[in-house]
Amino acid sequence: MSEMSKIVRTIAAIVFPFIMIYGLYVIAHGHLTPGGGFQGGAIVASACALLLVAYGSMWTMRRIGEKRLSVFESIGAFFFIALALLGLFFGAVFFNNFLAGSSFLFGDIPMVGSNTGDMNTGGVLPLMNFAVGIKVVAGLFVIILVMAYASNHMEKKRGEKQG
Amino acid sequence: MLLEYAHIVIPIFIVATSIFAVLLRDLLGAAVAVAAMSLLLSLEFYILQAPDVAIAEAGVGACLTTAILIIAIKATKRMEEEI
Repeated sequence: MSEMSKIVRTIAAIVFPFIMIYGLYVIAHGHLTPGGGFQGGAIVASACALLLVAYGSMWTMRRIGEKRLSVFESIGAFFFIALALLGLFFGAVFFNNFLAGSSFLFGDIPMVGSNTGDMNTGGVLPLMNFAVGIKVVAGLFVIILVMAYASNHMEKKRGEKQG
Repeated sequence: MLLEYAHIVIPIFIVATSIFAVLLRDLLGAAVAVAAMSLLLSLEFYILQAPDVAIAEAGVGACLTTAILIIAIKATKRMEEEI
């Protein structure tokens, strides 16, 4: 996919941070509001897809690269399994929520009754949301990136054959 | 009252966009019809009180699937051939 016009590129550069912030908000509030790792990851991946459409696959491939995205996907899976195994280590069972109620990171006890929501609750769940978010962003964006790059490559090859 | 009408109108639009997606000869138009169907489906999920599914449907169905379909169409031909 080749580069689009300057108008499209400018508007994409303006809109991109807002979509990114919204996706990160959905991931970070996954334990309080609708959404979570998968949904926020899909939103962030669609923001990256906007950059890919506006700036072309060569530019995006040079900036990000599918090897780095593959590493990010592995990091997300590794953190998820590592947190689950830490539950086995600190508690009794796999996926034990060992941070809940510990007054450490995300360790507050939630308030009873209707309230505005306390970010610092949930124990291990927000961290797992972030791990799933990293994995989903890398996994969904690498599909689109490789498809666009391959289609661009094929088009160039076809042009060489004709010309 | 308005919600009951929405429960009638939005499924009709979903079926209409699906029929458009099947019948259109222009593959790019069919991809856009699938995206519109997906967006209306996410609206229907939202008024059925499932905002979680609605966010997932809007992100994956309306944006990423459309991007994949349009990239695939760009690598082939835009118009479907007559049989």
